Amino acid sequence: MFELFNYEFMQRALAAGLLVAVICPLIGTFVVMRRLSMIGDTLSHASLAGIAAGMLGGLYPLWSALIFSLAAAIGIEKLRKHFPQYAELSISIVLSASIGLAVVLISLANSFNADLMSYLFGSIIAVNALDIYIILGLSIIILVSVGLFYKEFFYMAFDEEGAELAGMPVSSLNMYFTVLTAMTIVVSMRVVGMMMVSSLMVVPVACSLLISKSFKNTIFLSVFFALISVVIGLFSSYWFDLAPGGSIVLTSVFILIAVIIVKRIFRMQ
Amino acid sequence: MGAEIIRVENITFGYGKAKVLDNVSTSVIDGDFIGIVGPNGSGKSTLLRIFLGLIKPQKGTVRVFDTDIEKFNQWGKIGYIPQKATSFNQGFPATVEEVVSANLYPVVGLAGRIKKTHCEKVDEALQIVGMLEQKKSMVGRLSGGQQQRVFIAKALVSAPRVILMDEPTVGIDQNSEESFYELMGFLNREKGITLVMVTHDIGAIDNRVNRVLCLSGGKLYEHDCAVSRASDIFKEAYGKRDSLPIIHRH
Repeated sequence: MFELFNYEFMQRALAAGLLVAVICPLIGTFVVMRRLSMIGDTLSHASLAGIAAGMLGGLYPLWSALIFSLAAAIGIEKLRKHFPQYAELSISIVLSASIGLAVVLISLANSFNADLMSYLFGSIIAVNALDIYIILGLSIIILVSVGLFYKEFFYMAFDEEGAELAGMPVSSLNMYFTVLTAMTIVVSMRVVGMMMVSSLMVVPVACSLLISKSFKNTIFLSVFFALISVVIGLFSSYWFDLAPGGSIVLTSVFILIAVIIVKRIFRMQ
Repeated sequence: MGAEIIRVENITFGYGKAKVLDNVSTSVIDGDFIGIVGPNGSGKSTLLRIFLGLIKPQKGTVRVFDTDIEKFNQWGKIGYIPQKATSFNQGFPATVEEVVSANLYPVVGLAGRIKKTHCEKVDEALQIVGMLEQKKSMVGRLSGGQQQRVFIAKALVSAPRVILMDEPTVGIDQNSEESFYELMGFLNREKGITLVMVTHDIGAIDNRVNRVLCLSGGKLYEHDCAVSRASDIFKEAYGKRDSLPIIHRH
């Protein structure tokens, strides 16, 4: 059963997948509770523009994706100040701009090649050593940051005005959190692909919200569900020759459906 | 007379051309239990938000604990219970303990760790409001009155000298309202916490507060007496005596 891990590419795939399974729902829980679920899609589209730009300019795509994603994250925060009552409006504006830019850059590159496709739909088994180092480095930054600012991010998610009144530097922390979200997107793109990255931030969180007993519990359960999704998704993709990114996301959706059904059964009893 | 906790002088604030507050001056003195009343749109919440520094007046000065509000940074001394306290996202997956602990920020600071002594402060605050047993309950599953108590505990955990409240009894039942006022009386008399409360319910605060600030037409009328003994001013603020919004007496 475990002979597939004799292959180095599968070891790298599993390592990348497990890291992503930890950081995606970790950031995703705060994102969902702040009702900013669309931010994942927006930043992943900005990353796509970054990848296209990287391919055009000969830069390593994950770096250019990170730069574009961070620029989009900062743009969202700046716009949010102009529309304080409509947080989602700034996200929609940056989403539109990112799609437009991505399409223009891809057309300039005059190609829609296999490499670009691997970023669109994920290519976990093609993760190379450099990818692993980048994923590991960014994951450590994300984990340490959430560890340090957990109580701040929690307060801002629960009651942003209250956090501000408590003397918290809410604007700076908002910016930092959005930057962490951008990093999470870039890290996850290689694994599940740009089209599905936000689902790994949202679906495991949705599962845990159905049964969690506290905020911390929500985070741990989300990570647990994401880890199961990655492992089952990766194994099934190997055995049944399926796309790994899609298998991981579909597994997480099946888990969500299972949790809903089990919860309903328990309620009926 | 106690020390001045909040002092606003000659403040003016308006939305567009309409002045909500016109050259208003007042202060909150240590030990006060103040009720801010007035008709809808008279600027009650605006005045409270100016006290908190959430709104900057177009003219005038605001001093908190003898410091210009722009330079004030000891926010743990001020507790705030907003109008929407009990209308937060009811699906938010947080326990009572987690919600109350959130306001330890002024105590532990940026990236500070919550230690055992801080947890004791949380228990103490929950004990005062009678919610210690529900510490591990999800806050969204509590009744409106219980949630209100959790938000009072949240305000109390940073050991505030003053608590500002914006219509705190909206959306809670009569029994919960009665016990809320009992708790407020306890905090004011026994714990020495200064209280400032915006309310529509003039009848309920009658005989409970020691000062009434009545806002009307951009002006502020101030009394050091119970509402029922200030009827002239209320007549001016609300119109005819018959229409005075004295809601109920117990």
